[in-house]
Amino acid sequence: MIEAVRLTKRYGAKTAVDDLSFQVRPGVVTGFLGPNGSGKSTTMRMILGLDRPTSGRVTIGGHPFRELPNAPRQVGALLDARAVHGGRTARSHLLALAQLAGIPARRVDEVLGVVGLQDVARRRSKGFSLGMGQRLGIAAALLGDPQVLLFDEPVNGLDPEGILWVRNLMKALAAEGRTVFVSSHLMSEMALTADHLVVIGRGRLLADMSVREFIATNSAGFARVRTPAGEPEQREKLVAALTGAGGFVLSEPDGALRVTGLPLPRVSDLAHDAGVRLWELSPHQASLEEAYMRMTQTAVDYRSTDDRLAELGPVPEQPPVVPDVPLEGWYAPPPPAPVPVPAPAAPPVPAGAAAAPAASGGPADADRAGGGGPQQSRTHESSTEDAR
Amino acid sequence: MASVPAVLRSEWTKIRTVASTVWTLAGALVVTVAVGAGLSALMRAQFDNLPEFERATFDPTVISFSGMVLGQLAMVVFGVLVVGTEYGSGMIRTSLAAVPQRATFLFGKVTVAGLLALAVGLVTSFLSFFVGQALLGEHRTSIGEENVLRAVIGGGLYMGLMAVFSMGVAAMLRSSMLSLGILVPFFFLVSQILSAVPGAKEVARYFPDQAGSKIMQVVPNAMGQDPAPYGPWGGLGIMLLWVAAALAGGYVVLKKRDA
Repeated sequence: MIEAVRLTKRYGAKTAVDDLSFQVRPGVVTGFLGPNGSGKSTTMRMILGLDRPTSGRVTIGGHPFRELPNAPRQVGALLDARAVHGGRTARSHLLALAQLAGIPARRVDEVLGVVGLQDVARRRSKGFSLGMGQRLGIAAALLGDPQVLLFDEPVNGLDPEGILWVRNLMKALAAEGRTVFVSSHLMSEMALTADHLVVIGRGRLLADMSVREFIATNSAGFARVRTPAGEPEQREKLVAALTGAGGFVLSEPDGALRVTGLPLPRVSDLAHDAGVRLWELSPHQASLEEAYMRMTQTAVDYRSTDDRLAELGPVPEQPPVVPDVPLEGWYAPPPPAPVPVPAPAAPPVPAGAAAAPAASGGPADADRAGGGGPQQSRTHESSTEDAR
Repeated sequence: MASVPAVLRSEWTKIRTVASTVWTLAGALVVTVAVGAGLSALMRAQFDNLPEFERATFDPTVISFSGMVLGQLAMVVFGVLVVGTEYGSGMIRTSLAAVPQRATFLFGKVTVAGLLALAVGLVTSFLSFFVGQALLGEHRTSIGEENVLRAVIGGGLYMGLMAVFSMGVAAMLRSSMLSLGILVPFFFLVSQILSAVPGAKEVARYFPDQAGSKIMQVVPNAMGQDPAPYGPWGGLGIMLLWVAAALAGGYVVLKKRDA
């Protein structure tokens, strides 16, 4: 259990973390979400006692990190995969960390196997790719078989197979009753990995709720309305009517209107009253990524721009959106070629992994989870057996 | 709490698994012995050309240690790198996440690296002495003479303390480049130059290298050197104060500042 109470960190005039309170509970993967520079890493460092909070406190199992007895056996962390002396071999690096906590050298070889680095164990980490560096960092976090795990952007630089591996690893660790806290700036990745979300923007807490709740609350529905092409005055008339009735209207790239704040029948009534013909009136669900961007963007606007700009709303800032593409993994790969080896009928994927396709709803994800699942879960199971 | 033996073991693993340890320490040994040997051989050849008073106060022990002016720089590099690479690589965050107790971490590291530097320093010192004396021919002294053993052991202590002082400075500055950029010119140029400038040398003789190197002299005020207001052990004591101050400063910085 990690508990932050009114955590605040200021660097001079800049407030990196602002009055942040949240709890990270054991048994679930908690995603820590925020745009770059929103204070995620600073919060992580404060949890680990590397940075001192300006005010407030953060504890692990009720103790400040610096007072934990034998910290590496209780808390494992991946902060920065590059935080390794490049001249040291992967194995020596882990060995030095293991010796700190009285962990036997045998365990070093085990975790090297778990993260798949056994073949490069005696190579200097200077030559490692970013993905290999991430695996080394994850190995260091797993070394002490800790109950609390922190991962700062663990999927950075990993290939799709590595991302899936990390995702399953997180879920398996949480399923064993551990506290797993994973930061990311990618909503879609968190939607697949996490059960619970802590969202921050500009160092402030924006949301602290389950992923299911977050989706229900934030991916608000909207109506797409299309007026006859080539009749701009019809469109203008409708926009005026909708705005006058309290709706919020955005323009889509192809000329359609995106209306929020008004139910569908009301939109229809207003169009009828204004004498505007409609070519389309359809209900839509905004993607989670959009909801997340909208949420964090408001937080940014709150503090950085003056009123005059805020009136313009977030529209111009948003990249062109394709509203009805279903949510997928962030890497958005081309559809995978049919897997030549048929996946086992019931892959022994840990409970958490089964949630991945359910959350995404994408068939591509289901294929991947099925194909990669057995192998990944096997390696991980061996690690947890060894650890005991 | 990460126990002290665990930290010592881990730091030993860290030190022996990077190439820079071997290069810097081997460099310190080879440079000190080689330069000392060269100057000893030169002195033997030129002895008769020396002024009268220099011949009268000739200190063969000091001559065989003359390579330390260069060799100590390798020790400085070793000390700086031991601490500085933790910051340069970001490893410091991994280390401190594993050992939240700053004092245990820093002093564990300094103990391991300091003892290693001391061991290499002693080997260097004895080797320099014996090689130098062998090349000095009839002007040599022997380890059994009065105060000579003290000077030779002192030479090893001096090199070890140089490394530890550099570790403290690197912990304060949190950067290898910055620390080397200050320490190397300081010991190689500033201290040497100031010690030759009248007026400035009264201050310079309290610098860690000037004060500490007194321990290596057997003949007081040898070869035209100014008399110092402290003896060999007093000089080493002054150097120890510098080392203690650097370590205390490094500890305060590590404790107070965000990693």
